[in-house]
Amino acid sequence: MPTPSLFDIMGPVMIGPSSSHTAGAARLGKMAYKLAGGDIRKAVMYLHGSFAATYRGHGTDKALLAGLLNLNPSDERLRDSFALADQKGIAYDFIPTDLGEDVHPNTVKFVITSGSGETFEITGSSIGGGQVVVSCIDGMEVRFTGERPILITAHRDTPGVISRITTLLYEREINIGNMRVTRSREDRTARMYMELDSLCGQDLTAEVRKIPGVVRVKMLLPIDESDGGRKGEAR
Amino acid sequence: MNAKEILAACREESLPLSRIAVKRESEQSGVPGDEVRARFDRMLSVMEKAADSARAEEVRSVSGLTGGDAYRYEHYRRSSILGETLSLAVGCALSCSEVNASMGRIVACPTAGSCGIVPAAVLSTGRTLGLTREQMVDGLLCAGLVGQIIGEHACLAGAQGGCQAECGSAAAMAAAAVVEMLGGSPEQSFDAAAIAIKNTLGLVCDPVGGLVEIPCIKRNAGGVAGALCAADMALAGIRSHIPFDDAVEAMNRVGRQLPASLRETAAGGLATTKTGLELAARVGK
Repeated sequence: MPTPSLFDIMGPVMIGPSSSHTAGAARLGKMAYKLAGGDIRKAVMYLHGSFAATYRGHGTDKALLAGLLNLNPSDERLRDSFALADQKGIAYDFIPTDLGEDVHPNTVKFVITSGSGETFEITGSSIGGGQVVVSCIDGMEVRFTGERPILITAHRDTPGVISRITTLLYEREINIGNMRVTRSREDRTARMYMELDSLCGQDLTAEVRKIPGVVRVKMLLPIDESDGGRKGEAR
Repeated sequence: MNAKEILAACREESLPLSRIAVKRESEQSGVPGDEVRARFDRMLSVMEKAADSARAEEVRSVSGLTGGDAYRYEHYRRSSILGETLSLAVGCALSCSEVNASMGRIVACPTAGSCGIVPAAVLSTGRTLGLTREQMVDGLLCAGLVGQIIGEHACLAGAQGGCQAECGSAAAMAAAAVVEMLGGSPEQSFDAAAIAIKNTLGLVCDPVGGLVEIPCIKRNAGGVAGALCAADMALAGIRSHIPFDDAVEAMNRVGRQLPASLRETAAGGLATTKTGLELAARVGK
């Protein structure tokens, strides 16, 4: 392999005991928190593979919940997340399950209910050394690693909607690195996922929402762990 | 990069390993050298706390399987047969590893499972011999550089290469660090690192219940003892007959030959002993 960075060897600063089962789990929780828009009333976490087998001993459950409370992987309050969630009135449950044969052994599926009653389904894996990848959002296959912003839309499956969205991005000189569109014939809704090369303001989501035919918009910004957690420290 | 190239660079530029580490990182990442050092200084602070806290006060692991041993050892330490530096090293390694198992804050170096070895070596040597904070940061940088070479030519994950890749790599990093902190040459640092690898070659990763506790916590103590032993030999002028780059190549090969049952799967070694299985069952899921 190529020479790793000095900070790949020394660091990250993290809460133990395991970079994949604890630090990665907290990071996945934080991504789910962002996706749900930060307003969580209830979260059910389905644990797969090694997550299902060892979650209690590794504190994976505490770390996932801590992430859902927007705590960073290096935050010492990780171990107290159950009490913190109880204080905030957030309901939670952990269910060991089997998500399928080809699924990464350290995978969790979050089913989150927001304060306004919306539900979100997010599946992600902790792939080693604290690195994570979100693979599925509301039934749509994605690949969000928390490094680049992504834009997700649900829109009426008619010509022109995608073009108007990409025009908005073009006007702001934002390049699209990766995109995918899937659609459901039943409800005539298309879902689109785009990975963007540069940051854009949350006002973009408002602009996209105004486009006729757009039903739902979600923007995910790169995960910020900057309470002393610059890259190479809390990562 | 390998040790041979790094040693050539040290000679050419008349720089110690720690400076070469900063220079290379700065060139590759664009992060200024001062900032690289500052981040390592902050890591040292996290290490100090982890190395001290479980010695001052008992901590228990999340699973309940382990804990309290760093505290126990600290109270015995005055009558230790190991002498001041090595006994402090053992205590610090136990403390870091117990803090890790209790969901405390640590620096993965190179991994969370082996997080006690480098801090214990650097802090025990630094404190008992009255070295400066700068010298300890130099030690950590030197450790990082050695880890970079191992990461490039072998691996640092127990799931890939067994415990030799985690505690063995950490011991090599720690041994090189101590040599640099005590004024040894870059050649002596790599001799120390090579000796440390040779003495942990083939070490399997067989955690009870798949948790980072048994035998990981005590292997950190054993790892730092091996590291200080290797550093001491190198400082005496003892050479490693097998050079560092060759030792890393052997470690890589041996790691590939280890069956999956001995690579962090809890399917062999201590994990599947009668007691290992009983302890795992006690944690439940």
